[in-house]
Amino acid sequence: MTNNLRVQAPQLRLLERLTNACAVSGDEGAVRRIVLEEVKPLVDDLQVDALGNVLATHRGNGRGPRLRVMLAAHMDEVGFMITAADGEGIFRFDTVGGIDPRQLPGKPVLVGSEGIPGVIGAKPVHLTSPEERKRSPSLDAMRIDVGKENAGKVKVGDRVTFATRFIRLGRRSVRAKALDDRLGVATLIEILRHPPENVDILAAFTVQEEVGLRGAGVAAHALEPDLAIALDCTPAYDLPSWDGEKNIRYNTRLGAGPAIYVADAATLPDPRLIAHFRRTAEAEGIPYQLRQPGGGGTDAGAIHRRREGIPSLSLSVPGRYLHTAAGIVRVADWEHTLQLVHAALTRLPADILAAPRGE
Amino acid sequence: MQALLEKLTQIPGPSGAEHLVRSAVQQEIEGFADAMYTDALGNLLARKGRRTDGGLRVMVAAHLDEIGVIVTHVDENGFVRFAPLGGVSPRYAPGGRVRFLNGVGGVIGLERTEDRTSAPPLEKMFIDVGAGKRSDCPVAVGDVAVFERPFEQLGGRWISKAMDDRVGVALLIEALKRLGDTPHEVYFVFSAQEEVGVRGATTAAFGVEPDLGLAVDVTMTGDTPKGVTMEVALGKGPAVKVKDRGMIADPRVVRWMTRTAERSGIPYQREILEYGSTDGRAIQLSRAGTPTGVLSIPCRYVHSPSEMVDAGDVKQALDLLLALLSAPIELGD
Repeated sequence: MTNNLRVQAPQLRLLERLTNACAVSGDEGAVRRIVLEEVKPLVDDLQVDALGNVLATHRGNGRGPRLRVMLAAHMDEVGFMITAADGEGIFRFDTVGGIDPRQLPGKPVLVGSEGIPGVIGAKPVHLTSPEERKRSPSLDAMRIDVGKENAGKVKVGDRVTFATRFIRLGRRSVRAKALDDRLGVATLIEILRHPPENVDILAAFTVQEEVGLRGAGVAAHALEPDLAIALDCTPAYDLPSWDGEKNIRYNTRLGAGPAIYVADAATLPDPRLIAHFRRTAEAEGIPYQLRQPGGGGTDAGAIHRRREGIPSLSLSVPGRYLHTAAGIVRVADWEHTLQLVHAALTRLPADILAAPRGE
Repeated sequence: MQALLEKLTQIPGPSGAEHLVRSAVQQEIEGFADAMYTDALGNLLARKGRRTDGGLRVMVAAHLDEIGVIVTHVDENGFVRFAPLGGVSPRYAPGGRVRFLNGVGGVIGLERTEDRTSAPPLEKMFIDVGAGKRSDCPVAVGDVAVFERPFEQLGGRWISKAMDDRVGVALLIEALKRLGDTPHEVYFVFSAQEEVGVRGATTAAFGVEPDLGLAVDVTMTGDTPKGVTMEVALGKGPAVKVKDRGMIADPRVVRWMTRTAERSGIPYQREILEYGSTDGRAIQLSRAGTPTGVLSIPCRYVHSPSEMVDAGDVKQALDLLLALLSAPIELGD
């Protein structure tokens, strides 16, 4: 091992703070404040850009030319927005980012910057017919209810998050909301605490990823990196299929280590970077898995198309039940992700991009 | 032209893994360009000519990549599941042969389904590479393949896999070789990742910063039994794109292209395509915007493993491309 980065009590406390903070796309202030506080003492240059991305640079001190490596993790999470008041503390709402309405009825939520508690209400089981229960409820039939007395504290446009609090599930697992992508944010902060000195690290804590990779593109334009790594969290659907068939579309599996991307809907990652990360994991004895090629996208999708092209790769911690009220991840998967990023940067050959892509 | 096209179409180059096609192009044009380089995403850029009075910097683009598949899972019996790279139609897939970049071949099989009349989705298909179990399987998750089908001449027509857009690549190669005196600085861009969303042309156009853009790509035709309603037909000359789903060609560029064809006595067709788009879209929207058009090669059975073009259309497309690039360009209002 070239490093002994661990996930222990301090790292888990940071993840707890980050996942409990509320930062629905476009309203990332609460997470940005934590990020700024954490990284300020660690970096050479720190700024917040026009869209709200935090751009932090740590210059290495190695001899010779240093590669400029952009590491991106998004601060925003999926959630909701209040769209209209129906009176008596009952509000209509819309989703922000990819959320399955079937996951929503009965979930406790927090509304606005004050965190007014409420619940997503729908018709109770007593009154629904067997026919109705076969169909998934539409968003139009749901409301957010904060109680009559707090009605005045909620305005149209307020963001809403799931009210789930961070909790350890024994020693090996964590349950929380917004693990996608506070795990990436926490990983990036930890890398800035232990920065490999052979490269310049251009850290981008991005906004509005969940609504279309909007922050990362402008961050990449400003940072002009030589290459980029998006640190994210991807679904692990390693459960039986609903129809009893063998599940061959699991995306990733919990406990199998960081997921290296080979193709998603937004990016065909750079094969030179894929090979380097795989070689690093094998040499260091760090477990890893390949995310099944398929849909979805990360900040890499916006980054690699910027300027004259930026070789990019995505790396994710696998997590179950993402984009719902509560996700579950393994501490070991996060630790291995942290170690892999660190080791891959430390071992990054200065001439990794010398030969053209694929040759 | 036929030998070049046959050679180019038979090289596997799915989106993101265009390097074998790129190397072949590089060998073909070695010595003909003033400068040549490969950029970060794998686009090959070749510059020819210097901008003189009245000349422009012109970007001409044809994409190296073709549609293909990528392995998502190998089961315990060695059967390979896959996802598409680009617009792979489930209707053309079953029974088709594929060739992986590591040389392994395979055939696409189907799960048994209740409905035998319509094509099932790609998730219900698999590739049989002749392996008996997972440990014998010569391909792994992330490996990529293309549809395999030989090149053939049928009367005055050519069919092959990957005619989209190796016919454009071949036209650019020939134009680069034959282009004599020109007032323009021409960037011949052999672009990557067009089929997954015109990604290569996006970054190439940013780098080139052209005054004028021209994509060379295939377009569909409306000349087959009960086909799509479309004015373009095989054998009536190259098409000048007016509009597709991703761009409205600059009307000044359309006029320049059609007038040039008329002056040179080259037949052409005006094209409105209701599906898809080309690298032209990426060039048009680059930076502060670029006047852009598309020279289209009429092609039947696009995105099937046997795409058909007319030899005469291809020859006339080359004539038109050379005429366009050789003379001063006056776009007018």
